[in-house]
Amino acid sequence: MELTRRFLPLVEAVGIPVMALLVAMLLFAGFVAAVGQSPLEVFVLLYKGAFGSSFSWQNTLLRAAPLILTGLAVAIPAQAGMVIIGGEGALALGALTSAVAASALQGASPHWVQAGMLLSGALCGGVWIGLSGWLRQYRGVNETIGSLLLSYIAIALLNFFVEGPLKDPASLNKPSTAPIGDANMIGNLPGMDVHYGLLFGAIFALVTWVILKFTTVGFALKTVGGNPRAAQMAGLRVNYWIVGAAFAGGSAAGLAGAIEVAAVQGAANASVVAGYGYAGILVAFIARQNPFAVIPVAVLIGGINAAGGMLQRRLDMPDATVLVLQGIIFVVIIASETLNGRLRLIKFKPLSPVSAAISAKT
Amino acid sequence: MKPVEMVAPATGALELEIMGMSKRFGDVVALDDVSLHIPAGGFHALLGENGAGKSTLVKCLVGFYTADQGTVLVDNREVQIANPKDASQLGIGMVYQHFTLVPSMTVAENLVVARGALPAFINWHEERARLSDFMATLPFKIPLDKPAGSLAAGEKQKVEIIKQLYLQRRLLILDEPTSVLTPDEADEALGLVGDLARQKLLTVLIITHKFREVTAYADAVTVLRRGRFAGSGALPELTIEHMAEMMVGSPVAQDVAPRTQHTPVADVPPRLLIDQLCAQGDHGLPVLRGVNLSVRPGEILGIAGVSGNGQKALVEVLTGQRGKTGGTVLVNGLPYSGRRKEQTLNKVYSLPEEPLRNACVASLSVAHNMSLRNYDKPPLARWGWISQRAMRKQANGYVETFRVKTPGIDARIQTLSGGNVQRAVLARELSHPVELLIVANPVFGLDFNAVAETHARLLAARNAGAAVLLVSEDLDELLELADRIAVMSDGRIVFETPAEKADVRELGHYMAGGHEETEVMQ
Repeated sequence: MELTRRFLPLVEAVGIPVMALLVAMLLFAGFVAAVGQSPLEVFVLLYKGAFGSSFSWQNTLLRAAPLILTGLAVAIPAQAGMVIIGGEGALALGALTSAVAASALQGASPHWVQAGMLLSGALCGGVWIGLSGWLRQYRGVNETIGSLLLSYIAIALLNFFVEGPLKDPASLNKPSTAPIGDANMIGNLPGMDVHYGLLFGAIFALVTWVILKFTTVGFALKTVGGNPRAAQMAGLRVNYWIVGAAFAGGSAAGLAGAIEVAAVQGAANASVVAGYGYAGILVAFIARQNPFAVIPVAVLIGGINAAGGMLQRRLDMPDATVLVLQGIIFVVIIASETLNGRLRLIKFKPLSPVSAAISAKT
Repeated sequence: MKPVEMVAPATGALELEIMGMSKRFGDVVALDDVSLHIPAGGFHALLGENGAGKSTLVKCLVGFYTADQGTVLVDNREVQIANPKDASQLGIGMVYQHFTLVPSMTVAENLVVARGALPAFINWHEERARLSDFMATLPFKIPLDKPAGSLAAGEKQKVEIIKQLYLQRRLLILDEPTSVLTPDEADEALGLVGDLARQKLLTVLIITHKFREVTAYADAVTVLRRGRFAGSGALPELTIEHMAEMMVGSPVAQDVAPRTQHTPVADVPPRLLIDQLCAQGDHGLPVLRGVNLSVRPGEILGIAGVSGNGQKALVEVLTGQRGKTGGTVLVNGLPYSGRRKEQTLNKVYSLPEEPLRNACVASLSVAHNMSLRNYDKPPLARWGWISQRAMRKQANGYVETFRVKTPGIDARIQTLSGGNVQRAVLARELSHPVELLIVANPVFGLDFNAVAETHARLLAARNAGAAVLLVSEDLDELLELADRIAVMSDGRIVFETPAEKADVRELGHYMAGGHEETEVMQ
């Protein structure tokens, strides 16, 4: 009894999302069957495309790298009680600034260029999401809507500069900024075809997790997020904490954008706006805003994304199929949030004679 | 057993009988074989400590819970109350400790909406006429067109009672209805309900912790203890001591907190000095209009006042929950704005009202909440790293010393009863040396054992040299504890007197805005 009580939170934290994932799979199977495909075959291909071979693993991890960071862009502000969904914009802005930083630092040693790109990207993404935290605290603007609208502005800014003032005349088909140069690209992890961005993301997540769980900073943040009034009574400056948490989240997304430029695209262009910011929302919700859990969940969602190509090639199903699956997962996950703290109820619900009589009557 | 619809609609007070009612929640027996009888027009008080099962009983009665066992008879007919709608059809209504008005709607809209089954098109002209006629029969004056959210607590509670009367209830259940009212407001509200009971228009079942109200209004008492029937009796034969004894199960030591004599407070510089303090309310209107006061070490300054005269804002400014718009707050001669550094430096602690809302993080554990004051100081934390072991050790110590009833220190604090949340906060705020203590309505909704304990701890802090600012809407509490009493009215301190010279009628005069006449005369 004592044991179950002690582990109930953990069982809940893992059990509910896993159950929700299974339910979502079931619903997806229904959808697949309805469009005339075999659900079993689709699931097998999904698995193969995501984790079936070393090639698909690398593809999966390549997609997981930015997802870890965009997941953190949601999970960190969530600790302070915010629902931030503007990671896509912070990512776009991070990509843009990192490209600008790269051209400004041309000629410096590659490590300096890379450091400058990553720092400026993180800073800019942080300021952008920090702005939606500021708007919430000082101007009463809902941070969810604020961050989403700021996100649209950021993506528009990226497009404006990439197709306008910062356009590299050599990029004809796909307007881009000037390439950062092959020498300045971030390389791959030893023995893998996956860039260092994955490691950066994982370190960011782990450090965040440690700070939240073991330090006074995490304690204060949880207090601010749980009850701002109590935090004020304890002498914490709530406004600073809220804006700070938004900044930290935004810097993760901005870093993701910088890494996409420095490790994948080689220049800022519209390709970095590939939905990683929005998929990050899904990652954070499945991980229940736990920065540590963000890592495996990002791998899972990255895998589902990676398998899209396989479905297209083998079954001639459109790429959007995996987006349908993601959408179903998101809805089921959000719906399952209400089950928190109710697992006990399900087990112990007594049937009273009175309510039995009532149900017999009707 | 007759379904509810078959009971003939009736008016006037109803007769209520409960037989052998039991209710379990999982392994917890909340209510065990409780019986109760109230004749038509009775004014029955239900007493018991926190967690004695009073709320469970009435929630079964109004259909929020379904009792596991037991029979309810209304006018000697057995009825089944499966949901609040059934209770409402029987004419059973309830007024809660917490408010159920829609804050954004006006009082009139709240009353009309409460009727339920409204037509798609509301004839407001007709409704207003009906409301005005109804209001004319009441001794209260309530502004019908004000949004309910803008009313003070006392006014809101009156509207809650009026709403029930408007719905023509035959049995009114009052769950600690006066915990947010001044004694005068309470007398007004309960007097009205009592008159209706005497005229056999209404039967009343009241849950309260205030013996004054029981002896003044009730004609019979039932006492619950740990979910069981612990005794009953008729008034005025039953004495307060007797009722108290039934509640706790043994004769209560009257001197739990021996009041030390009013030792003269040393003539030292004030620890808290507030000068011309101004602040705005939530809607941008001034709620503090130049408050001046000072509290010296070893002194309790009581702030009296009718709710809604700025006391709440004063406490919020002092606890850092509201910004000031003017004036100065000095603690030990230094400007104070409630930041953590200043709190640590000056050893400032506080017991705000509604501790779960103002002083706790409901979703976090008891241990976490108990560490809110010193989570960043040794031994709980070193170099920014928190020691879970030290935190748990402190929490276990607090639970033991302050007798906090909790399933464990890892339980979320919102799962604790109100009295135990308060104990947890008391433990956190009073386990360290205190120089300045900000207290607001500290015994709101507590049973009298917890009240005595809280009062004893406040006095102990004072005797240990703390300066205590005690804001309370309970005048008796101030008269019992304070060394000096100041009256707050309309955002100012309008009167101040040493407690031993305090005259209740004079205080009441100023609480009711008497200073305005004086000003005019001058």
